[in-house]
This record gives sequence, C-alpha cells and structure tokens, in this order.
Amino acid sequence: MADQKFETPAFREYREIPALQPDSMVHLQPFVAKPDHNKPLDFPGELVDNWEQKAVEKLGELLEKNKALRVYLDSCVKCGACTDKCHYFLGTKDPKNMPVARQDLLRSLYRRHFTLAGKIAPGLVGARDMTKELLDDWYKYFHQCSQCRRCSVFCPYGIDTAEISMAARDIMDHIGLGQKYCNEIICKVHVIGNNLGLPQPALLDTLEGLEEDVLDETDVEVKYPLDQEGADVLLVTPSADFFAEPHVDGLIGYGKVFHQAGINWTISSYASEAANFGMFIGSYEQMHKISNRIRQAALDLGVKRIVFGECGHAWRVAYAFLNTLAGPWDFLDPKYPVPQHMLEVTNDLIKRGAITLDPEANDDKVVTFHDSCNVARATRMGDMPDGQFIIPREVIKASVNKFVDMDPQTIHEKTFCCGGGGGLLTDDLMELRVKGALPRMEALKDVVDNHGVTHLAAICAICKSQFTKVMPYYGFSMDMVISVHQLVGDALQLGAKE
Amino acid sequence: MSVFFAILFYVATIVLVVGLALRIKTYVATPTWLKIPVTPAPLTKSGVAFRLFREVAFFESLFKSNRWIWIFAVLFHAGLALVILRHVRYFQADVWLVIELAQPFGIYGGMAMVAGLLGLWARRVVQQRIRYISGVSDHLMLALLVLIGVSGLSMKFVAHTDIIQVKAFFLGLMRFNIQELPADPNLMVHLVSVAVLMMIFPFSKLLHVAGVFFAPSRAQVDDAREKRHLAPWAAFMDDNR
Ligand code: HEM
Ligand code: HEM
Ligand code: SF4
Ligand code: SF4
Repeated sequence: MADQKFETPAFREYREIPALQPDSMVHLQPFVAKPDHNKPLDFPGELVDNWEQKAVEKLGELLEKNKALRVYLDSCVKCGACTDKCHYFLGTKDPKNMPVARQDLLRSLYRRHFTLAGKIAPGLVGARDMTKELLDDWYKYFHQCSQCRRCSVFCPYGIDTAEISMAARDIMDHIGLGQKYCNEIICKVHVIGNNLGLPQPALLDTLEGLEEDVLDETDVEVKYPLDQEGADVLLVTPSADFFAEPHVDGLIGYGKVFHQAGINWTISSYASEAANFGMFIGSYEQMHKISNRIRQAALDLGVKRIVFGECGHAWRVAYAFLNTLAGPWDFLDPKYPVPQHMLEVTNDLIKRGAITLDPEANDDKVVTFHDSCNVARATRMGDMPDGQFIIPREVIKASVNKFVDMDPQTIHEKTFCCGGGGGLLTDDLMELRVKGALPRMEALKDVVDNHGVTHLAAICAICKSQFTKVMPYYGFSMDMVISVHQLVGDALQLGAKE
Repeated sequence: MSVFFAILFYVATIVLVVGLALRIKTYVATPTWLKIPVTPAPLTKSGVAFRLFREVAFFESLFKSNRWIWIFAVLFHAGLALVILRHVRYFQADVWLVIELAQPFGIYGGMAMVAGLLGLWARRVVQQRIRYISGVSDHLMLALLVLIGVSGLSMKFVAHTDIIQVKAFFLGLMRFNIQELPADPNLMVHLVSVAVLMMIFPFSKLLHVAGVFFAPSRAQVDDAREKRHLAPWAAFMDDNR
C-alpha cells in the first residue's frame, strides 16, 4: 500500500472547490497495531469477539465523560458550511473527508443507539448499526483527519471534528483496532521517554556533538545540558529536535538564547519528549501518563520553570491540557506561566533588550510563516488572545528583514494544516499527506512567485518533517523549511554583551 | 375536534418542555474532559458571553464560512423570530405594546422565513456537497417548516380564519377551559404541523438551539494555564501518579 502510485494534485488556479469523487481514498489506511503495541497500553491485542457491542458501550461511556462529544453529535444541522474547509477534502475530493461526513460516520452509530429517532426510524435520520463495513470506514477516515480544528472555526456551533476523531480512535483502541504508528510510539515513550526511542547515552552524545558544532562555528561555549539538577528551566522539546533537519537547528537556537540570556537550563532524559501522542488516539489515560513524566522530571530536577520547544500539538497538550493532566504546579516559580513556550521566552528577552538580534544575518532569506494548526486554534502565547499569531511573527521580524505573510485565508485561525498532523505522519499514509498539503502548497506558491519567498518558517516538529517530505512533490526544495529558532540563533549576537 | 386539538397541544407542550429540559440537564451535567476552546478565544466569562451572543444574533462563524448559507439562514431565522413575536398575541389577553408594534413586521417575517427555507432547500438539492450530506430527515424538516409557513400565510392572504376564535381557544387552553376552534382546513394543517414540530424538537437536530450555548469549543474561557480544569471522573488519577 505504501508504494502505491498516486498523482500529486495540481494547483487550482482559482481555488475552486473540487467536485466530489466518492471513494477516491477508500483504498488508504494506516497499518494496524500489533498486539505488542496494544497490550502495554491496556488495549486488547486484537479485535475482540463482541466488538460491535463493545464499541457501543465505549461510545456510551465517552458520552458521559465528554460534553463536547454529546453536544456535537446532537447539534449538527447539516448546513454544509464546513464541507469545503478540510484540506484533506480539498486535496482528495473524497466526500467522506468533508468534516460533517466524517462526523456522520460516528453520528450514525450514536443516533442508532442513543437517540429516540434513531431507535424508531433509523433510515430517516441516517442511523446505522455497527457493522464491519462501518468499522472499515471508521478506521480509514478517522485516520484521514489531522485533528486540526479548521472545520470548527467555520461551523456555526463550533463542532470540532477533532473531538469526534479522537473519540472514534479511542473506541477503536478499546475494541482492539489500534493504529500502529501512534501506539508503537506511545509504547516507546513509556519505556524510554521519547517518541524516537533515544536512550540517555544517545541523547548525551547528541547534545555534546551540538556543543562542539556551535563552538566550531561561533567560538562560543554554548552548553546543551542534560539531566542537570538544580537548573532553573526544564526544556521539553520534541525528540525530533535532537537530530532531524531542520529541527535540530531550532534546538541550537534555543541553547543560544538561554546562553546569551544567562538562563540556567536543562533537558531531561526521562521526559525527553514534548509530543504527546495520547491526544491523537483520544486517550485521557495515555495523555495523563505521558504528561506526568514531565511533572516527575520537574520534581526530580528541582527546576523552577517549564519551557516547551517548537511543536504544534505538543503545545496544545502543554498549554491547554498540562495543568489538567499534570498540575497543579504550585512547586514552580509563580512568576512564570506554566508551561511557557520558547517563543514567549525569546520574545520577552528581545523586548527587554536582554538579547540582541542582527536581522542582517538573515538577509539572504525572504521568509514566510506557517501557523501550525494546533498552535493557532487550540492555544495561545502571551497574554492577549491573538498572541499565538503575533509573537512568532514578532520574533521572526526581529531576526529577519524580509518577511511576507501568505494569503490571509490561509493563516492565523484559518490556517491550513501541513497535512501530516494528528498521528498521520507515517509513510503508510504518504498519499494522504501529499494530497492534504495542497492548500498550504498553493498559498506558498503564491508568495514564492510574487514575493520571492525563499524560506517557510515553522514551529512544529510534525510540520517540519511533513514539509521536508512532501514539498519536493510540489516542486519546492526541502531546504526551504526552517525552524523559527534557527532564524533567531543565526541572528543572535552571541557574547556581544558583558 | 376541539378536544383533539386541546389534547394534541397539551401533549406537544409537555414533550417539548420536558424533553428539552432533560436534554439541557444532560448537557449541564456532563463534564468536559479537557479545556478545548477554539482560539483565539475570550479570556473572560463576559468575553465568552459576547462571543456566544454574536453567534446567536449574527451567525458570526457562518458569515465567515459561507455567504449564501448565511443569507438564507438569516432570512429564515430572523423571519421566524418576527413570526413568533407576532404570534405571542394568541397567548395574551392583554397584548403588550411591543407585540402590537411587531404585528405588521410579522407578515414580512413570514415571507422571509419561507423564502429563506426555500433557499436553504434549493441548496440542499442543487449543491452537490450538501446533497451528499443530507438525509431524509433533513428534507422532511424543511418540508415541515415550509408547510407551517405556507399554511400560516394562506390564512393571511387566501382564506382567512377567525383569529379571535383561535385566540379564545388558546387562552382557554392556558386556563384548562376548552373553547371552540374554527374548523378551517388551513388552520388545521398549520396547527397539526406546529404540534409535530414541537414534539420532534427535543429529538432532532433542532437541538442546535441548545447546542449553540453548550459547545465547549465556543463556550469555554481561554484560561487553561491560570485555572486548573479537572473532570470529576478523572480526579482519581492524580492520586496514583
Ligand atoms: C438560538 C436560536 C437559534 C440559533 C442561534 C440558530 C442557528 C442556526 C444556524 C446557524 C443554522 C445553520 C444555517 C442554516 O442552515 O440555516 C441553523 C439551521 C437551522 N435552524 Fe436554527 N437557530 C436557532 C433557532 C431555531 C429554531 C427555534 C428553529 C425551529 C423552529 C430552527 C430551525 C433550524 C433548521 C430547520 C435549520 C436547518 C436548515 C437547513 O436545513 O438548512 N432554528 N440554525
Ligand atoms: C400554537 C401555535 C400557533 C398558532 C395558534 C398559530 C396560529 C396562526 C394563525 C391564526 C395565523 C394567521 C394569522 C393571520 O391571519 O393574520 C398564523 C400565521 C402564521 N403562522 Fe402560525 N401559529 C402557531 C405557531 C406557529 C409556528 C411555531 C410557526 C413557525 C414555525 C408559525 C408560522 C406562521 C406563519 C409564517 C404565519 C403567516 C405570517 C403571520 O401571519 O405571521 N406559526 N398562525
Ligand atoms: S479537524 Fe481538520 S482534518 Fe479533521 S475534519 Fe476538520 S478540517 Fe479536516
Ligand atoms: S458546519 Fe457544523 S452544523 Fe454545518 S454541517 Fe458542518 S458540522 Fe454540521
């Protein structure tokens, strides 16, 4: 399946909404988790015998635990406002990738078992029993949603398909039908501490390597500390930052900022992962377990603040959920919000004049910025409601002279997902990832053609990996993708003070 | 005949009120698992109230997403609001001044309501994407509302009914005293379809009327870092970490 041939969608000249192509993506589904990936997470190893009944029971349980689910399943009036808002629909033309149609896959079961109308007259209200056919559609199409929340922005009731996808994935996990990519990764976090399975010695090695590289390049001894007790700041960053390109240049940038500001910081090998894939599979229990590694690390190392590196959905779990999952944070310094985003830290330092940037260092670049979906629509930075849009741009503009925004319809809260979020960043879904990137690639193409943009700055490990992989399909070089903190790091005047 | 309608409306009222109350009770009682406001979101409760007000009064998000649906939706809902204002006179012995003043607009409201409904219905039939997501019930709901609207308008413009008598009947119902109801066919159709609407209300997508106030994506305050949100069912997990 992974090596199946497919065509990269063509740029749409007038951004026309495609005509429906039923079942155009029905052939695509991610690899199913093996018992080894399920059992450590307390999920059944494989599809249980009475899965039809178990699925309905689990749905009933979630309805009592989650108001959002109940209200969303009841409220949709089928107005159609969301039908053209999903990047996966725009890129694949498959009608089941229209947000409301995706919701209906779950709603049909809800109506059958939990509403009067669906019990009396199922045909009238589109109520369906749990069948193999329905389950197949669930597995396919709930894994063609990146939980980006774009549909929610445009729905008159804010119905958030991400919540529905999470619930559906949670139900599937509980009947033994998990997704390999996510569950395998979560197992690694529980055992080793990060998604990539990098043990402590490997981390130490990598960080020492970074120190040498930075010393060679700048003649300044910037430290990249690991497991340092008594540090002020615990930095939690996606593990891709430890070696993937262009992520690692972002990590180098964080280190330079901390160094220059004189902030004493550390990374923890026990909580060496900002990402929390528990969210993707909609599991409160898994999210809770993963998040509390961070609490444990903060306690063990005796830090005063927690700062998160560049990552989109990680920032959602951090900003919006961490207090719930792993708080209260009464043992940390109350002067700082918990947690902080690295961009908040850097922005404050710039504003206070504690670090100095020379944007001319980046004069070879014309930069645009991709608002990560989860940062844009599920979190905030700073103390004003639009901070998550303003602060990254302020920091970029302090680091670069030439900055251009993309089409207003594709940025801020209307931003398009990179196409690889929500637990879909796996090679078995490459076709979906390429097609789902279409709207972002079109907006990028505009600014490249009209404003000579050379770099696409991002603040999310998934966005960065996804873009480097899919941009070549659209005729862009993968080197265009850049971490915001690489721009910062390159512009930062090291050692200029004192 | 009058007795039939009397019973029908008593039953319909009970179903509507009890059904809706139970539903709202469920919404209130169900916790949200996490903080999930769609951002940028207001940082205060009053900010959230204003956000919801804009959604209810202006259909703000719909305006952002689809102009045609917005136009028809506003025609329909604003028309409906005027019509309902105009109808209050059937239930008041002494009619308030506002209701008095709203009378002439109610007629236009009726027309706007039907026009909006037909527009929404046309989109449902013509627009491929919306046709795909429409079920039988979605068409029936529009048919029912159009029927109510058209039968109502026919009493105004085609075959008048004795409004005084209609009013006497409903005032009587409110005092458990069954009066005579005019036996006009268009009134019968109007009233039967209204009763059906009332009875399906708590069991259908008409629940969006309540949902719009309870959807956490819009109704939550953006204060996750400042205030710890914890669902009661999740609290026990804190003990064994
Ligand atoms: C708080 C008051 C209400 C709000 C905020 C509200 C809002 C909305 C919105 C935004 C839509 C989607 C746009 C559209 O398709 O028209 C809608 C649809 C609809 N509303 Fe309401 N509504 C309210 C009250 C009502 C009431 C009282 C009724 C019933 C008599 C009603 C019946 C409908 C119907 C039938 C639709 C679907 C129209 C279609 O098929 O396209 N609404 N409503
Ligand atoms: C028990 C409830 C109701 C009663 C007794 C009632 C009765 C009437 C009567 C007597 C008329 C004729 C007015 C005239 O000739 O001037 C009328 C008109 C109308 N009714 Fe109703 N109706 C009821 C509920 C509703 C509801 C719930 C709707 C909308 C969903 C509705 C929509 C209309 C419309 C659009 C008209 C025509 C415009 C107007 O006269 O306001 N009615 N109704
Ligand atoms: S959350 Fe994003 S990916 Fe999922 S249906 Fe909505 S727009 Fe599509
Ligand atoms: S915009 Fe909201 S109410 Fe309208 S069809 Fe989509 S999910 Fe349903």
